[in-house]
Amino acid sequence: MKSQNDKITFILNGEKVSYAGNPMDRLVDVLRENFEFTGVKEGCGEGECGACSVLLDGKNVPSCIIPVATVQNKEIYTVEGLREVKMFQILVNSFADAGAVQCGFCTPGMMISAYALLQSNNNPTDDEIREAISGNFCRCTGMNMIIEAIKLAVNRLGETE
Amino acid sequence: MIFRTMSVQRQNIPDKISDAINRVDAFDKCTGKTKYINDFKFDGMLYAKTLRSTRPRAKIKSIHIPELPDGYYIVDKNDVPGRNRVKILIYDQPFFAEDVVNYIGEPILLVVGPHREKILHILSQIEVNYEDLEPVLTMDDALSADSPRIFGRDNCFVDYKYYKGNPEKAFANAQKIIQRTYRTGYQEHIYIEPQGVIGLFEDGKIKVYGSIQCPYYVKRALAEGLDFDEDKIRVIQVATGGAFGGKEEYPSIIAGQVAFASIKTKRPVKLILDRKEDIIATTKRHPSITHYRTALDENNNIIAMDVDIKFNAGAYAGLSDVVLQRGMFSAAGVYNVPNIIVRGRAVCTNNVPAGAFRGFGAPQVFFAVESHFDEIAEEIGENPLDFRMRHIIKKGERTSTGGILRQEVKLPQMVERVNELSHIRNKWKRYSEQKGSIRRGIGISMFYHGCGFTGKGEEIIQGKATLRKYPDGKVEILVSNVEMGQGALTALRKIVARTLQIPIQDVIYENPDTDRVPDSGPTVASRTVMIVGGLLKKCAEEMKSRWNQQDKMEISRVYKHPDYIQWDQEAMCGDAYPTYSWGINVVEIKVDTITYEITPEKVWAIFDVGIPIDEKMLRGQFDGGIVQGLGYAYMEIMQSSNGKLIQDSITDYIIPTANDVPEIVSETIDNPYEYGPFGAKCAGELPFVGAAPALASAVRNALHTEISQIPITPEMLMKICEKNK
Repeated sequence: MKSQNDKITFILNGEKVSYAGNPMDRLVDVLRENFEFTGVKEGCGEGECGACSVLLDGKNVPSCIIPVATVQNKEIYTVEGLREVKMFQILVNSFADAGAVQCGFCTPGMMISAYALLQSNNNPTDDEIREAISGNFCRCTGMNMIIEAIKLAVNRLGETE
Repeated sequence: MIFRTMSVQRQNIPDKISDAINRVDAFDKCTGKTKYINDFKFDGMLYAKTLRSTRPRAKIKSIHIPELPDGYYIVDKNDVPGRNRVKILIYDQPFFAEDVVNYIGEPILLVVGPHREKILHILSQIEVNYEDLEPVLTMDDALSADSPRIFGRDNCFVDYKYYKGNPEKAFANAQKIIQRTYRTGYQEHIYIEPQGVIGLFEDGKIKVYGSIQCPYYVKRALAEGLDFDEDKIRVIQVATGGAFGGKEEYPSIIAGQVAFASIKTKRPVKLILDRKEDIIATTKRHPSITHYRTALDENNNIIAMDVDIKFNAGAYAGLSDVVLQRGMFSAAGVYNVPNIIVRGRAVCTNNVPAGAFRGFGAPQVFFAVESHFDEIAEEIGENPLDFRMRHIIKKGERTSTGGILRQEVKLPQMVERVNELSHIRNKWKRYSEQKGSIRRGIGISMFYHGCGFTGKGEEIIQGKATLRKYPDGKVEILVSNVEMGQGALTALRKIVARTLQIPIQDVIYENPDTDRVPDSGPTVASRTVMIVGGLLKKCAEEMKSRWNQQDKMEISRVYKHPDYIQWDQEAMCGDAYPTYSWGINVVEIKVDTITYEITPEKVWAIFDVGIPIDEKMLRGQFDGGIVQGLGYAYMEIMQSSNGKLIQDSITDYIIPTANDVPEIVSETIDNPYEYGPFGAKCAGELPFVGAAPALASAVRNALHTEISQIPITPEMLMKICEKNK
């Protein structure tokens, strides 16, 4: 029997949760299987493609190469937890308006990386945008419309301030 | 159970069909609401993992399977109730290997059970005892007389020839003959969502959900493998995270596997490939070797071509026959070559089978023909643009297969426009005279894509589309074509809504379910908008004429080729396609002559896709196709060594990221096609075709060297340039 101390506890999308399974389980599996946040996608399983990106204490990280043990007492956000957040909604509208979504499989991870960027930098340059999403593969769009979507969101955020 | 796809945002359709609207699926995809195959769970669902061949060619002498814990199963060739062959064009690849394996990655069996870690553990304990056979690893080996015969008498799945005019006579009269050989490498799709399916066996009926392009291909493959009546098989597409041709024929194999597994276990079975498996085992773009022999007259006009095309098909035939045909029908490029003979072979080797990939055989041959035009121009001392312009085919002239071009070819206007935007004429001359270690280069390509299926394909399929009106005024699209990122859910709705003059949210279009939709054909060959959209437009026009008289109605249309189409498949003579879309790409690059690194700086592209159905979605196709094509040209290296792919992970196989893509300026030129909806032609594959030849052309401009191979790696450039010194 496991004691309370064997559990991994963390904040997930604003709520305190705990996980009693193997601490070496991949974060992506825990989020998808145990907490059913399937907005986290798995594209490669080796931390290259960025589809599984989540916010870990505000930074975008690939959840497929993170053992759940390392998120003890930390704060995780997936796209599901950001749906009511204004900056995220502006990003969603901007992605839709700029035509930045095609098959959509990379999109939640892309949104996470864009959100992480805008949280830390409210006026990024083109190069900073490119760098911020360079760990998120997209095979459909050719990337430029995604970069434009993020620029559109930056402008809209500026207008709302 | 029907998966409602999404709540569609309210939008009115603009009067001008090309004016952009927002995609109906964007919000759900951004917020993680869209469910892909791996997001579905069913009660009691089991997981499956595949044991694959580790040998390029071997007999399976025995397989040692450890004692299985309760609730775990092996599913293999003995569990196939029907014929253990996946029907694509011919019955070739088994669902599960029988007594031999023919490529590394070939599926042998599934381990199925409730816990994935345990499944992996069982897999690691299985021992296959092989007796290696001599493999055939390259096309050269396959075609040499003393290599083993692994398919037919000549190791070719097909060996085709067609001709126009009298090439022999023209070559006899030639003033000059120029010969070159061009090679292209593998390309991997890297759809971001790996392949996956779920099989369920309930009440004597098989249901398969999957990330697929062609629900009815899967259904027909299941009917053969299961030996079930078609009404006992139901295939449902779920949101598909990219495909690019990679989910055209391959899903039929894994759909069969989970169907057999769910019958054996009496449970739903989910099979999701991990990325490495997906790279090792699923189809690729065919590597190619194309030889051109071209005859010029005294004015340096091309009077004849002799073209030999070889595609490395891998171990099973798959779709190689038709991929090759599209390549062969691209042999003359966009030019009027009065005399031409083209031979094409799909060569069997003990490598992973190659298959459908955006462009479908055309990109390999367009790289070759456009490179050849550059190199002929160089040899005769002419500007490559002027040399091309002298040969561009015109309306009323005959294509390489002897079909008459009935639509205006707007390439001359497109060339002028691309020159206005890019200044290629001036830059090409200026860059030709450069010195120094950092050089610039600018290059051009001209290309087309034949719209819809090749030859009689559309006539054979006879795609049927249905439109249904409900009493609440809503209208439902019933077709088997899928959304895979290209925008079908939005484009087909837009065509129907615009024709009926109703808002887009009143048009329902669910992911296809073969129990609900007719077979409107597969989602391939850039045919969805032009062919199926054309059928839906006709249905909608009919519905509109009776709109006020009937609350409920259902209208169907079946595709028929325009009357003018003539095609002789035996001779490969006539109209290979009902019409063509056209493109011009100009690519400007920077090359560092110390590191031999290439950086694409800017791309200009002009496309004739008839009338654009939506400018914004089309830009998505243009940008995406071009970037994928640039990757093919200089980044995406995949080689097979002893039948094993060297770059077998997403870490080793490099695709362009946000840091690699240049600015892309694209425009369309209107050229309505009478039989397309609102004048639309094909658009999905076309933008891929021209990027690689234009980039290669730019490298020639920068470095004054022949480029006969893609991908153009720094190592390769260094070798060429060192040799030239």
